[in-house]
Amino acid sequence: MGNLGVVLALLGAVLAALVAGIGSSVGVGMSGEAAAGAVTEDPSLFSKVLILQLLPGTQGIYGLLIGFITLTQIGIMGGSSDISLAKGTLYFLACLPMAIVGYKSAIRQARASVAAIGLVVKRPDQFGKAMIFPAMVETYAILALLISILSIFGIASLPV
Amino acid sequence: MAGMEYAYAVARIRGKELTLLTGDFLEQLIGAASSEDCIRLLKEKGWKEEADDEAMLEAEREKTWNLIRELVSDMSPFDVFLYVNDYHNLKAAIKEAYLQTPRPEVFSDQGTIEADNIRKAVKNRKFGELPKEMQEPAERAYRVMMQTGNGQLCDIILDRAALEAVEKAGKESGDDFLKMYGELTVAAADIKMAVRSVRTGKGRKFLEDALAPCETLDKEELIDAAEKGTEGICLYLEKTPYSDGAEELRRSISAFERWCDNLMIRRLKPQRYNPFGLSPLAAYILARENEIKSVRIILSGKRHQLSQESIRERVREMYV
Repeated sequence: MGNLGVVLALLGAVLAALVAGIGSSVGVGMSGEAAAGAVTEDPSLFSKVLILQLLPGTQGIYGLLIGFITLTQIGIMGGSSDISLAKGTLYFLACLPMAIVGYKSAIRQARASVAAIGLVVKRPDQFGKAMIFPAMVETYAILALLISILSIFGIASLPV
Repeated sequence: MAGMEYAYAVARIRGKELTLLTGDFLEQLIGAASSEDCIRLLKEKGWKEEADDEAMLEAEREKTWNLIRELVSDMSPFDVFLYVNDYHNLKAAIKEAYLQTPRPEVFSDQGTIEADNIRKAVKNRKFGELPKEMQEPAERAYRVMMQTGNGQLCDIILDRAALEAVEKAGKESGDDFLKMYGELTVAAADIKMAVRSVRTGKGRKFLEDALAPCETLDKEELIDAAEKGTEGICLYLEKTPYSDGAEELRRSISAFERWCDNLMIRRLKPQRYNPFGLSPLAAYILARENEIKSVRIILSGKRHQLSQESIRERVREMYV
């Protein structure tokens, strides 16, 4: 049963990187399409729309971070990988906020980014305001990241 | 991903919307001293001067359709905008066959099918070569034209068939905006026809033949209302989503006609903020068509030395 613990923990790490990564790739791809459309019409908008395109990419990075921390905590990157089933389950659950919120928020952020790109095309001088709308979605990805990180670090000291 | 299509196309359309003519610019055109001054102003906006006004407007229309062809691989959802031209060609082909005098200049090349194919099918009475939706009304209109020589009856059959085709295509497109376009086109045409029938004293039979059914209007109720006169139509409209039209109809016929023309453009406006889907593209096509119609009215008004006020009365509301 000790082996099952590490399997569950690893599954959590993989899901955090995988699901959030999928969300980000869809999101960056989608806002990239809109950015390409904007630059076709006005090449001077490149730097502005590039920032908007990249915003939904952060969830993938957060997922990677959670995956990486989990791997170091469960001994996959070195050290002992003797994880109890209870601990493995806890690591798995700790990774879920980042996986699920990361995926969903990347997609929603991409929608907001595409809309913001439309705004920048029409009013390039309003770039600052346009960036705030998709950036607001980032809050929830960061909250999920925080809760996942705090949980992962907390699990190590639990007597289970 | 569903609901997130056409991000590239819509971003490009957002850029193109910046070059659409605004209400203020149209005011400038109306205030210009001559049609030559109007053309100079239009050239500053990127319009290309051609041999004559119609060629210039045609070039602008072609520019719009070329852009849409570049952005969308499947153009079939936009056929809904072109059916009217197909039915116009069908009418012309039937009348051409009746009069037995070729009139190639009256045919439009903006339809979904080649005008020559329609002419050939009608000439040889091979209606099966036409698209399925057109076959029955084409045969009926042809028969009526040949038996009675009454062009108006032929027009009624084909105008109704065109409206039904637009409504059906809108519904089948799966796009809410195109569905709304189909519905609104039929509803506006039905209301206009009911009002005109009151003014010209046409009876119930005419309306029963001419009005196309749609979801937002009850055909029977509209015909009953038309029999009671203009006020009857106003009272009926107040019970429908077109209640603001009743007020305009009470004001004057020209105010009402203008309301009908502006009805569509007002429903288009929310698409300026929609970042995905076919709808913003469809709205752009209609906005450009509206722009071209308005410029045609202004140029022709200027050429015929109409007063600024009477040109302004006829010009439609703009999308931007």
